[in-house]
Amino acid sequence: MNSIIQFASKLMKGLTSDHASSGNASDVYKFHGGVHPDGHKHESTTRPISQLAIPETLTLPLRQHVGYIPKIKVNIGDYVLKGEMIAEAEGTVSAAIHAPTSGTIAAIDEAVIPHPSGLPDMCVTITPDGKDQWKPLTPIDWKNTALDELITSLRSSGIVGLGGATFPTHIKLRKDGASAIHTLIINAAECEPYITCDDMLMRERADEIIKGVEIAQHLLGAAKVMIGIEDNKPDATNAMTSASQVLANATVKTVPTLYPSGDARRLIHLLLGVEVPHHKRSTEVGIQVFNVATVLAIYRYFTFGEPSVSRVVTVTGNVETPQNFEVLLGTPMPFLIAAAGGAKTDTTHFVMGGPMMGFDLPSIDVPVTKAANCIIAASPSLFAPPPPAMPCIRCTRCADACPVNLQPQELYWFAKSDNLEKARDYHLFDCIECGCCTYVCPSNIPLVQYYRYAKSEIIAADKAQEAADLARERNDFRLARIEREKLERAQKHAERAAGAKNDSAKAEKTDKERPASSTEADDAKKAAIAAAIERAKALKLAASQTNATKTSSEENLEPALTENKPEPSAPISDEQAKKDKQALIAAAIERAKAQKLAAAQAGVAPKNTDNLSPKVKAKITEIETIRAKVKQMVENKDTD
Amino acid sequence: MNRSPYITDAPTVSVIMLKVLIALVPGIIAYLWVYGAGVLVSLSLATITALVTEAAILKIRQRPIAPSLADLSAVVTAWLLALALPPLAPWWLVVVGTFFAIAIAKQLYGGLGYNPFNPAMVGYAVLLISFPVIMTKWPAPLTLADAPLNALDQVKLIFSNSLPAGVQLDAVTSATPLDYLKTQLMLKHEVTDIAQAPIFGQFGATGGEIVTGSYLLGGLYLMQQRIISWHLPTAFIGALAFISLIFNIIDPAHFANPAFHLMSGATMLCAFFIITDPVSGPTTPRGKLYFAAGVAVLTYLIRVYGGYPDGVAFAVLIMNMCVPLIDAYTQPRVFGHKH
Repeated sequence: MNSIIQFASKLMKGLTSDHASSGNASDVYKFHGGVHPDGHKHESTTRPISQLAIPETLTLPLRQHVGYIPKIKVNIGDYVLKGEMIAEAEGTVSAAIHAPTSGTIAAIDEAVIPHPSGLPDMCVTITPDGKDQWKPLTPIDWKNTALDELITSLRSSGIVGLGGATFPTHIKLRKDGASAIHTLIINAAECEPYITCDDMLMRERADEIIKGVEIAQHLLGAAKVMIGIEDNKPDATNAMTSASQVLANATVKTVPTLYPSGDARRLIHLLLGVEVPHHKRSTEVGIQVFNVATVLAIYRYFTFGEPSVSRVVTVTGNVETPQNFEVLLGTPMPFLIAAAGGAKTDTTHFVMGGPMMGFDLPSIDVPVTKAANCIIAASPSLFAPPPPAMPCIRCTRCADACPVNLQPQELYWFAKSDNLEKARDYHLFDCIECGCCTYVCPSNIPLVQYYRYAKSEIIAADKAQEAADLARERNDFRLARIEREKLERAQKHAERAAGAKNDSAKAEKTDKERPASSTEADDAKKAAIAAAIERAKALKLAASQTNATKTSSEENLEPALTENKPEPSAPISDEQAKKDKQALIAAAIERAKAQKLAAAQAGVAPKNTDNLSPKVKAKITEIETIRAKVKQMVENKDTD
Repeated sequence: MNRSPYITDAPTVSVIMLKVLIALVPGIIAYLWVYGAGVLVSLSLATITALVTEAAILKIRQRPIAPSLADLSAVVTAWLLALALPPLAPWWLVVVGTFFAIAIAKQLYGGLGYNPFNPAMVGYAVLLISFPVIMTKWPAPLTLADAPLNALDQVKLIFSNSLPAGVQLDAVTSATPLDYLKTQLMLKHEVTDIAQAPIFGQFGATGGEIVTGSYLLGGLYLMQQRIISWHLPTAFIGALAFISLIFNIIDPAHFANPAFHLMSGATMLCAFFIITDPVSGPTTPRGKLYFAAGVAVLTYLIRVYGGYPDGVAFAVLIMNMCVPLIDAYTQPRVFGHKH
């Protein structure tokens, strides 16, 4: 039955296909769905890549990649040369940061970074001296160096995936028990509209890219290389085809212009017909994917010793002269926008990335980072605000467009009704957030936003569950400990009792003493309780009296007066106690003030831990460090 | 803030509905030609009733009225119902049916996108159960009627139930081929003999097959415009042809041939316009095939063994009930997941 359906489906698709234009890509495999947004590529491809000047300041966020934040190695006022490491990769998944030009470290502080959250993060600011002087660079003879050494060396190159994913490159080369890589795929599809940085790089620097491919192939031990380029870049394809002649097992393949063919899993399927299983990484099936700009960076690092200090950025959209620029990392965006002739007057905001998956820059005053492949000046005419959402009519255009073959209309329904477990069952986490569903929705429903929301809700719920599980475990452990201690105590008592039997006189004495003392204590307690009851009774009586007077002459008496009325003996003593208490409190406040003053004079901030023993303090610090680490780990997990 | 994608490219719901209405136009023109101007009255009545009802209920529900009226979904329901009713049905029948379709079957479930049943078919089924006699009184095609009515007479008949002097209702109406076939088979006649009656045309009903053919034309336009996918019409027509062929081969004397079943009654209207209602239908590609095949089998069984001459409305409603089940069991394989 299924084969009949598939045959019929193919037949009907053939009859009604509007994808006929993608003709020469017949030897590639097709994936389900995808959309054909207007390319808007030509605007920024008429001019060659231009070298952007050095701005007055460079702001380098430490977090420019997926993974751990690197460790700062410089201090304010230090002089650094171009290419000098200013932050060192820390932990496995991390990347180093280098000075993009020579100059002085002006600040190490928090600043807004280009991230959808708009939250500030730690940045190093450099004031360039204008000399642009490189540190002494050491090329690496990669052909005659051990692989391990090469990969370790890459860790300090600061190279990350420049397609926008910013995954540290050395991690992708590590062989941690994964199966051997047989195929290296170079992702040159560049399927997002407006972005042309890879296209221009291939047109202008195909030879260098191919040399980078050669190195990457060597590092991976991949027998085969496939370079996938969308068929809307014939110049790039030609340049890459002729440059790739030097490689024995490299093929340049054109894939149909269909968004999102640049998604790694989609591209692997297009080129090889392999569907990477959902729970696996491509390396587990022997395939690794690198972006063209990344292999170019690898080439420059090994051949000249240049770490990652610049990248090519497309500046397009509502600017006067859209163009690609080779930009020093850390360059302020306004400087870059100005180089493209500046934004037109009706520009409302700026988008980083493409129009399908990019995000609003929280502010234009952010620096260029390794992830910045494209900056689009947006205007209402360019990106029209979406009309109000209408009800979903289950037309399944979203399902037809989904490259993962999900049922977005169902996921929307589940996400909307907070039926999150059901959304998970319907493979919500396979959603790549490409935006195809939203792109084709006749009801203008922001479907992707619902999935992003649902995912974050599920992740948060899972985390809360994990924390609850941990807490429960700890509590169980604590209860077990208490129980154990109790038993141990009981055992000790039993032992002691057994020992006491041997010395009966001593035992008698203690036996007599103990009840006596306990009776005394009991008596004192009883007396105290009785006194308290008396006091309470008296208070109650007084209160009822007051209330009586109050109700009888309510209109004439001020409430304050009623409260201050002299009372019988018991309340007086109560008032005395109140006064004593107040005096005590006042004294305590005085003391605290004096302490604070003393502390301020001594220049030490008061802490509620001041009176603790050094041992306990050390313990607290230790716990705080662990907490910070856990927090850091959780955050890093988020960004993965 | 991440609010991508910034660009979209999709026809609005209004455009989709408008294209459905456009696709119905060839059928309506054929209808006019075969049965006269009365159908325009039904269409107008249904349209007005649908819009007024929708507006009134939205008002009661305190929902914005204009966007819902502008999405044209109420008009589509109205037209489908009007085209499914006998062309000279009294005005109140159209109004009651449309009101029920919009008020009960659509708005009471939450409006567009939320109704589990096809509103037009709910309206039709309610009328068929409540007023079976009127609902099965179809006018004879103008070419066959003993006393063909002109446009004015048709309007008078619809609004005041009055016929021109000397004309009896029997002279205006006739049994539909599906109806005729059913009663004649019960009288132990054979299909080949029955089919000699003048109301039988080349394939289905005289005149009726032109209307049906025009719906097919409109349906192909919808497919070309990618408003509907191929799954539903293909599976429906294929399954109906298949089951009628089997029965026809086994016993040609008692079971009409596939061509007759495809070209009579509401077959084509159902294939391209009724089961293709996205809201009340299944969403998975495989589910669409099962759904449509189910409707075809039920339609055939009701036509041949059931109490009504045509089974489309009940078949669709029964299958509407199965949609959640069908969708749940026909989830397509997600990329990177094994079967």
